[in-house]
Amino acid sequence: MRKLAAFLKSCVATPFNAVLSILTVLLLAWLLPELIKWSLIDAVWSGNSSKACEGHDAACWVFIRLRFDQLLYGSYPVSERWRVDVVAALAVLCIGMMLLPVRRAGARKLIGLAALCLLPLVATPLLAGGFFGLKPVPTTDWGGLMINIVIAAWSIATAIPLGLLLALGRRSGLPVIGYACATFIELWRALPLIGVLFLAVVMFPLFVPPGFESDRLVRALIAFTLFNAAIFAEVFRGGLQAIPAGQREAARSLGLGYWRMTALIVLPQVVRIVMPGMINTCVSIIKETTVVLIIGLVEFLAVLQIAFSDPEWLIGDQIRTTGYLFAALVFWSLCFALSHYSARLDRTMTSRPVDTPAASPAG
Amino acid sequence: MTTDILTPPRRARFALPQGSLAWRAFAIQAAVLVLIAAFLAWVAANVVSNITRLNINTGFSFLSRPAGFEISQKLINFGEAASYFDVFLIALLNTVVLTAIAIVFATLLGFVIGLARLSTNQLVTGVAAAYVEVIRNIPLLLQLFYWYFAVLRPLPGPRQSLNFFDLAFLNKRGLFLPSPIFEPGFGALVATIAVMVLVGFVLAWMNHRHRTRTGTGLHSARAIGLLLLIPPLVVAWLAGFPLSWDVPALAGFNFSGGITVIPEFVAMAIALSLYGASYIAEIVRSGIRAVPAGQIDAARALGLRSGAISRLIVIPQALRVILPPLGTQYIVLLKNSSLAAAIAYPDLMLVFAGTVLNQTGQPLEVMIVTMASYALIGLAIGAAINLLNRRVQLVER
Repeated sequence: MRKLAAFLKSCVATPFNAVLSILTVLLLAWLLPELIKWSLIDAVWSGNSSKACEGHDAACWVFIRLRFDQLLYGSYPVSERWRVDVVAALAVLCIGMMLLPVRRAGARKLIGLAALCLLPLVATPLLAGGFFGLKPVPTTDWGGLMINIVIAAWSIATAIPLGLLLALGRRSGLPVIGYACATFIELWRALPLIGVLFLAVVMFPLFVPPGFESDRLVRALIAFTLFNAAIFAEVFRGGLQAIPAGQREAARSLGLGYWRMTALIVLPQVVRIVMPGMINTCVSIIKETTVVLIIGLVEFLAVLQIAFSDPEWLIGDQIRTTGYLFAALVFWSLCFALSHYSARLDRTMTSRPVDTPAASPAG
Repeated sequence: MTTDILTPPRRARFALPQGSLAWRAFAIQAAVLVLIAAFLAWVAANVVSNITRLNINTGFSFLSRPAGFEISQKLINFGEAASYFDVFLIALLNTVVLTAIAIVFATLLGFVIGLARLSTNQLVTGVAAAYVEVIRNIPLLLQLFYWYFAVLRPLPGPRQSLNFFDLAFLNKRGLFLPSPIFEPGFGALVATIAVMVLVGFVLAWMNHRHRTRTGTGLHSARAIGLLLLIPPLVVAWLAGFPLSWDVPALAGFNFSGGITVIPEFVAMAIALSLYGASYIAEIVRSGIRAVPAGQIDAARALGLRSGAISRLIVIPQALRVILPPLGTQYIVLLKNSSLAAAIAYPDLMLVFAGTVLNQTGQPLEVMIVTMASYALIGLAIGAAINLLNRRVQLVER
């Protein structure tokens, strides 16, 4: 109640604020009722064909319901879709491990993260099949949201370690390695992602010996890994620069070598500092996975675009708008949840000093 | 031995590494160098053998050959016999113009929303926060598709186009804007303005020098403002107002006259501006929040009014924090402009790395030119921001 009073008071505190409030209310009154009416109240919810929506200028959720499986799995064989579900369940389990409160906070987060990073290694053979009597499913049949998640998971899992190595190399003090890493990072950062994907499609066959076949998905994955490794490298560099030199010197004076110093002293502090930055990069990777439709992979948006051109559904512009609204909801909830998590981490970390002071030695 | 600690070791430019650690570093680097060289040599050998095997042409001579395909947006007209190099220039200009316009609108909107998030009015803050949270978390490609396929393409035809004060029209064929016509005498007006700007600069500099030396003198801003306003107006009146506007008008089934902006450009500009603005808003917000509250209290204690506080205290300090990430954001905007390939806006990526690559069949050269162009434009943006940044950075003694 007090919050509401403060809110209302702030809206009319000065004449300028009052004018702003009136303008904002007018804007909201113009947008929101229309949006709610179009997408919820007037929307068509039930029906089994495009007939239900014909002539209705409102959201057609029937379209989404009928295309739902395709949006999730693409043209993955219906009898084999349980494999995708198993992978999804495992992913949810890993994420749950990171979120559920357990006593040792740091450990469970790390275990969850490690499991999430190792998941692609288990998931990919399961999805591709071809062993233990599992029917092989070629990647050309993969599609829908599943392909977005596969690309995001693989590129996050491979780009983080690679980016970390690049960042360490750039700051190693060894000139050859430093320059090599810096060149690599700056090169990829200067290129647009679509250019990198074009490179992967057009140039990859030129770079490898003849007969070295690889499918489009693998090429896209390589492009995503290299591109995002450069971005992660810059995120890690920020964290490495924030560690006081005294920490390294103290580790050295205790007789730790480079790798033990890095693993035991530097990285635990770096991970804490760069966690929000890493998660923000993960959010942009999830958003960027939609771009692979340009090189012909049938990801979520591509499934939508194909569905729009189905003659059965050429019944008006409301189908397109509904489809985009649904896609926006899907990606928004994925990305918003992640960036919210990152903001929360940021708050808990800044409220607690990175360098927990040890109890002062007695005597 | 005692001097070893006190005097720094003499650095020789070329010296053999000394001690086991230095030898190890040397060995590691040598090994990495050999590995990188071997990898590059392997790739180069593969490229050479693939090129000979597939019988691919090499060299940049294709640039002078006629291109023979049509581009939907040409800011330079090379006529029928445009070469691949002319096509490259057209596509490059399309990318640059799109990026420039998106940067302008994204910056304006971003500053407005960033300031709105810092408003004392909680309603305004909430709406601005909602904008940022919604736009930032939806893929740009999806927003682009929405604006192009769901908003611009279903618009009515020219006869029922959306009319903005009879000056601009929006329909499914694009945005029709009035274009300026420069009549004779316009050159004189431009020259007058240029001379007055020059005179204004000299006067401001002299006045500034006088003020720093003696502490007295005029506030010259108003006088210079008059200088910039009155003489150009007089010249314009004498020349009979040499600028007129060619307003598009409906003729038959389409508009004639004015400037036609193709719908792909409009969609790209809207999507890039709205998306970029959500990031710029956050940069602006954190920049202004980085100015310590004590600075504003001190300015108030000195009796400065709120306008002067913003102009003299807050903005100069906030700019120091804002400019570097803003520059990065501009480069991201440039790179994002290549999403144009998805809705067939003829930008560098689509025309050059798409059509030209397919027609010439020379992926190596075409990709190198395309990527180098993006990298160079990015470097140019970065250099411009750095120049600006150097002016606002704190100069410490």
